[in-house]
Amino acid sequence: MSKDNQILEEFTSKEYEHGWSVNYEVDEAPIGLNEEIIKWISAKKEEPTWLLEWRLKAFRTWQEMQEPDWANVTYPKVDFQKLRYYSAPKQQKKAKSLEEVDPELLAIYERLGISMNEQKRLQGIAVDAVLDSVSVATTFKGTLAKLGIIFCSFSEAVKEHPELVKKYLGSVVPMTDNYYAALNSAVFSDGSFCYIPKGVRCPMELSTYFRINAANTGQFERTLIVAEDDAYVSYLEGCTAPQRDENQLHAAVVEIYAATNAEVKYSTVQNWFPGDKEGKGGIYNFVTKRGICAGDNSKISWTQVETGSAVTWKYPSCILKGDNSIGEFYSVAVTNNYQQADTGTKMIHIGKNTKSRIVSKGISAGKSQNSYRGQVQVMKRASNARNFSQCDSLLMGDRCGAHTFPYIDINNPTAKVEHEATTSKIGEDQIFYCNQRGIATEDAVALIVNGYAKEVLNQLPMEFAVEAQKLLALTLEGSVG
Amino acid sequence: MLSIKNLHASIEGTPILRGINLEVKAGEVHAIMGPNGSGKSTLASVLAGREEYEVTEGEVTFKGKDLLDLAPEDRAREGVFLAFQYPVEIPGVSSTNFLRTAVNQVREYRGLEALDAVKFLSLMKEKMKLVEIDQKLLSRALNEGFSGGEKKRNEIFQMAMLEPSLSILDETDSGLDIDALRIVSNGVNQLKSADNATIVVTHYQRLLDYIVPDYVHVLYKGRIVKSGTKELALELEEKGYDWIKEEVDSAATV
Ligand SMILES: Nc1ncnc2c1ncn2[C@@H]1O[C@H](COP(=O)(O)OP(=O)(O)OP(=O)(O)O)[C@@H](O)[C@H]1O
Ligand SMILES: [Mg+2]
Repeated sequence: MSKDNQILEEFTSKEYEHGWSVNYEVDEAPIGLNEEIIKWISAKKEEPTWLLEWRLKAFRTWQEMQEPDWANVTYPKVDFQKLRYYSAPKQQKKAKSLEEVDPELLAIYERLGISMNEQKRLQGIAVDAVLDSVSVATTFKGTLAKLGIIFCSFSEAVKEHPELVKKYLGSVVPMTDNYYAALNSAVFSDGSFCYIPKGVRCPMELSTYFRINAANTGQFERTLIVAEDDAYVSYLEGCTAPQRDENQLHAAVVEIYAATNAEVKYSTVQNWFPGDKEGKGGIYNFVTKRGICAGDNSKISWTQVETGSAVTWKYPSCILKGDNSIGEFYSVAVTNNYQQADTGTKMIHIGKNTKSRIVSKGISAGKSQNSYRGQVQVMKRASNARNFSQCDSLLMGDRCGAHTFPYIDINNPTAKVEHEATTSKIGEDQIFYCNQRGIATEDAVALIVNGYAKEVLNQLPMEFAVEAQKLLALTLEGSVG
Repeated sequence: MLSIKNLHASIEGTPILRGINLEVKAGEVHAIMGPNGSGKSTLASVLAGREEYEVTEGEVTFKGKDLLDLAPEDRAREGVFLAFQYPVEIPGVSSTNFLRTAVNQVREYRGLEALDAVKFLSLMKEKMKLVEIDQKLLSRALNEGFSGGEKKRNEIFQMAMLEPSLSILDETDSGLDIDALRIVSNGVNQLKSADNATIVVTHYQRLLDYIVPDYVHVLYKGRIVKSGTKELALELEEKGYDWIKEEVDSAATV
């Protein structure tokens, strides 16, 4: 084994630290998927008829669809009839406030390092915690309500703000958009809803924390963020799952709507269980995320740090409809062992003078495969559209793969599109240089990788950036050389 | 301080070092000269612990410890510093951040407290003067886009920060302009003390005009074939290596 591989090996052998699970009483749907199950879920959530109809329509469409196979990933077909589509921790009654939430559930989040205690939390971040299929607690609701900001679980939004949900649900990601989005539309259980009224800058980071705990249960969350004219919000999403031998499915949909002059920043640190070193288990993460810059001068910025999941299929996108609107995508995707990631973005320029920026940093180690897939589309009336794409790949060792699939579709001659791509190997000489200055190999790799990913990490809110740096180092631990 | 006995090393099966013997005491400056490809950088790399090189024979003790037994980072922490002939670039990592990690890991090894940001920055300010390095250079990514001379100056700045007991400077003079050569040499001289030692690898007398060696060694085909005082360097400057090569090669054919 060359030195490269040897160091890589050591550095990538760190175990997933959130691999534990907890037993609690659950309320769950029978295994399998059919219209009865969907009715069961809808009834459980006491949903209005229109929503049930919407779900059923999505389900019927989904049944007609084929699972996509164009992504550069391979995995055994998911048997959708063997999954459970709803599992919720049993609570005595619906919690009205944090104090009423079962302390055992809150303890799960404490163990993950996410305190739901408002006093203990750093000021400036409100959290909605989703466990399996339901939201268990949301913090800082009162503070936010004073500004007219709605931040609550999706189920609650359906009850309390049906007109808003009805107006925006499916407006950015139609139920028929793709296979997994259709599935999600049929069976989604919970997620977060966030509404920033006109002229309001949300004073704190809004954050959702997803945790899968139950076995054989798919997690299908639905997030909807609406920023009205001149509104601003920064939203964070984090996730973990226990270590299980069998694969678990996660198919979320996130929709963002930005009105005139509105700005939405969406940051994700994805740390689902990636499977073990032999490639056993792990989460299948098939996610549809899309935002629409509906109003002029609006801006949507996606930042993602993807470290977990066995298979990732994810393309956060922006529809730049308003004139002068801006879409951004900053991504670090790390794969190790047998992980596979096919991720990237779509920037669709419709309005005039629209701009998009794509910065993608892939890091592959072990026997993993890491693909960037991006599309820049400039429509006919989108004069003066600008795009800049930078796609870099960093390889650790010689058994992993990095791939770049850029698609460019220009229908307006005034468009300016730039694409740069690089592939590099983490150098033995770089590591030796660090060693020679007294820096241990593990720290050398962390330094080099964080330096490589800096442009993306800089986009994250401070608290998250530090976490993300640690996570990158941890994911690659044992992998250098 | 450093004692090299019959050191043999090869890379991918090709022997490069073929029996090096060298004694370096605290307070001394040794110059190593020799034609291209004779093994000077290889010797420096082997001492620093580069793993591509396989030591096939011999021993090296450093401050009483078996140097060859130590991991590269531990050699550095023990006080071995190598100013690289070709310093590598580390994109996105600022010199400041890099050095802070290095200094604190070295300090931890030596049982010293980590320096907080304030103390670290004031140490940096002090050492920056020594080699007249610009703050702007240090806030940039390490060596990325640095000119050849800037890289070399940065190596000596790092040496100043890490306070090694044995510094090996591999062709630090190459790439430096005339003024920079003087400044960097002055820096090296100011860092010299009775407790540390320096090995300078160079091709040119002009560096040795500034950093005056106590001993000069000529490396050829993986061996030290001639040793002398600073006058030897002057002689080489004048006559080149041919006479030494002839001496060695004819002795070998006998
Ligand atoms: N991977 C390798 N395989 C075979 N030979 C190698 C390898 N790496 C280095 N060498 C050889 O080892 C010899 C010594 O190289 P080294 O860099 O130590 O020379 P040097 O004395 O520092 O030369 P210079 O004055 O040019 O810096 C050279 O002949 C070089 O080609
Ligand atoms: Mg050399």
